[in-house]
Amino acid sequence: MGQVRFRIKRFNPERDPRPHWETYDVPVEPGDRVLDGLHYIKWYVDGTFSLRRSCAHGVCGSDAMLINGRNQLACKVLIKDVGRQVAIEPLRGLRVIKDLIVDMEPFFEQYRSVLPYLINDDPAPDRERHQSPEDRARYDDTTKCILCAACTTSCPIYWANGEYVGPAAIVNAHRFVFDNRDRGAGERLAILAQRSGVFRCKTTFNCTDACPRGIEVTRAIQEVKQAVLRRRDA
Amino acid sequence: MTEHVFDAVIVGAGGAGLRAAIELAGLRVAVISKLYPTRSHTGAAQGGIAAPLGNMEEDSWEWYLFDTVKGGDYLVDQDAAEAMCRESVEIVYELEHWGLPFDRTPDGLIAQRRFGGHTRNFGEGPVRRACHSADRTGHMILQTLFQQCIKHNLTFFNEYQVLDLLIEDGACSGVIAYHIDSGELHTFRAPAVLLAVGGFGRIFKITSNAHALTGEALAAAWRRGLPLMDMEFFQFHPTGIYRLGVLLSEAARGEGAVFLNGRGERFMERYSPTLKDLAPRDICSRCIYLEIREGRGVEGKDFVHLDFRHLGRDVLDHKLPDVTEFVRVYQGLDAATDLVPVQPTAHYAMGGIPTNADAQVITDGRSLPLPGLYAAGECACVSVHGANRLGTNSLMDILVFGRRAGRHMAKSVRGAAPRPGRRGPPPDTDVKTLIEHTLSRTAGESVARIRDALQQLMTDKVGVFRTAAGLCDAQVALGGLKERYASIKIDDHGRCFNTDLLEALELGAMLDLSEATIASCLHRTESRGGHYREDFPKRDDASWLKHTMIYRAAGGRHTFQHRPVVITRFQPQERTY
Repeated sequence: MGQVRFRIKRFNPERDPRPHWETYDVPVEPGDRVLDGLHYIKWYVDGTFSLRRSCAHGVCGSDAMLINGRNQLACKVLIKDVGRQVAIEPLRGLRVIKDLIVDMEPFFEQYRSVLPYLINDDPAPDRERHQSPEDRARYDDTTKCILCAACTTSCPIYWANGEYVGPAAIVNAHRFVFDNRDRGAGERLAILAQRSGVFRCKTTFNCTDACPRGIEVTRAIQEVKQAVLRRRDA
Repeated sequence: MTEHVFDAVIVGAGGAGLRAAIELAGLRVAVISKLYPTRSHTGAAQGGIAAPLGNMEEDSWEWYLFDTVKGGDYLVDQDAAEAMCRESVEIVYELEHWGLPFDRTPDGLIAQRRFGGHTRNFGEGPVRRACHSADRTGHMILQTLFQQCIKHNLTFFNEYQVLDLLIEDGACSGVIAYHIDSGELHTFRAPAVLLAVGGFGRIFKITSNAHALTGEALAAAWRRGLPLMDMEFFQFHPTGIYRLGVLLSEAARGEGAVFLNGRGERFMERYSPTLKDLAPRDICSRCIYLEIREGRGVEGKDFVHLDFRHLGRDVLDHKLPDVTEFVRVYQGLDAATDLVPVQPTAHYAMGGIPTNADAQVITDGRSLPLPGLYAAGECACVSVHGANRLGTNSLMDILVFGRRAGRHMAKSVRGAAPRPGRRGPPPDTDVKTLIEHTLSRTAGESVARIRDALQQLMTDKVGVFRTAAGLCDAQVALGGLKERYASIKIDDHGRCFNTDLLEALELGAMLDLSEATIASCLHRTESRGGHYREDFPKRDDASWLKHTMIYRAAGGRHTFQHRPVVITRFQPQERTY
């Protein structure tokens, strides 16, 4: 067992005028996740420390946070891979409610704005619609999104302008725009062609680096930009 | 205290809750969840959802029903299971029509794979029945349902923790929830309330379950005098990541991975000559521990290996990408070349709040429904899983009975008489007292230490193998933990996002559900499905072909009632694979 020093940016609105850093020395086992270290602090050192988490293995998207300056899921990063010092901060670009808990409402509002559901008013067949493995593969990457907000809150454009719809919403638009069962591309691309839409993106690639699901977010955004332009030309 | 009035209230935003909500679109419906909906544990389901589509080979709903009944060691209510198996095909097509990205056959049909206990022609051999989207099928189901809820513009109350039920004049009329952001209590009143809150696997130390799965709403129902049914049946999934408990999908074995013991032997061939590594989960988990007990664990330790090496990189990358990644991230291993250490992990409660096939909660052995209250999914016991759930069937359960709940609620709400006005004292009294009491204590023991002890106790004494002696020890130890819980102290006395308080309330629920589980395990003196009593190693149909319903009684005691198992097509037989 070793020991790792956690520095955590804390903020309690009922107590603190502004955020401040606290330091904790945490005993760790070789296979521990960063989340295990945070749990140690919450459970055995200071119960007022607050964070969101649920599945603890990288599929629910609750515990995205800044870990040593990078947006990651605390349950998917092992302590041995981040060194003896771990700096933890809440996601940037969203209002901090308390400690690592940020206000997710603007994020989900932007997600909802791109009509993230299959649009197809054709009468459904008695069985499944057919879709070839190639057509299915076309949008596979963007189906993996868990809405953790790691991409959107890593984007400097989003930090500067919270009106920008952001990478995660575009990823979820991509998932339908490139699904050949969907008929809503026109509506969706019109929304994404607006001032707050895809052309805000300056291909910084932070989003792709941040995605814990390995989605090529910047590529998806570029494909949506091209789809908007094709539709304009058509 | 804020009051809300709706036509229908749904507690829980996983698969069952969201599927019910879609059915209620157009009415004033509120979905209340302690998490954001997409964090729900449905999203952690991996391998697939069963339906006899027959896309890869011949299949039928009768075969599926037989497998479900036999998989549940004949404790399955066959009328409910028949409804599930018959409706399964339509349910899968419905998901596809809503855009769920199933994997496809070369012809463009929904692709299907093998899964434990699913067979052709009443047990002859494995059948490809599980419809899948790589090994993230639950994620796709959760996303697709949430997408439909957005399309229907449904109302969500996210991060509200439901702590009590309003039961007045023999009917349920709403719930009380704690708004995590503000620390305020809210009352939600509705003539139809659905509990779809999932399981409570966090009572165990080694578990595949999310941290959120602590069972407050189940405990609330029990404290309000409702029964819990078949609580002795808890499923231990055979392939949890060693020490961590994170699930490695049964789809791994569906695609051809096999168990190896410490000598490198495929030991499942000895125990299940026909299905081998695709035997149901209860059997695989017992066999793993039998191997370990006889000294054939790996390196003499308490785990065995799962061997993916012969599957090839392509299968791992395309059929099992998440499983491969879990192995890489959490074990530092490459499934293509390394053997993967696994051990059974607490996974699924077959028991729960008893319901009929319309998801109405029933209160006694005569199956009388409690007006206004419904339950669906893992928190319910309908009972389509009997003594042991087959892989994939949790997903079909939540969709079929979520939909049935929604339909019955819609019908009952539309035909309902006007709601009576509020009577009596403010309904939040009990919860408010509990919260104020917990917040006010300035000295005492920490929640985490008691929870650690509980989880260790349940894993040690109430696991795959059980004995009267061990269960009695557990009962005594649990009594001690409850005493300690009465004098806990928390650090956080604030109102905003007080997760310290919430964990304290969760622990109270976990203690109650553990108590019901241990008592039910002691009560059933036979072995069946997921409940194995070393002191009663045989199934005893003469005495125990029945459901147990445990009730809380005064002074920390319990009473039991029983319900007959509904048997329509398949009489109990010896269960071999």
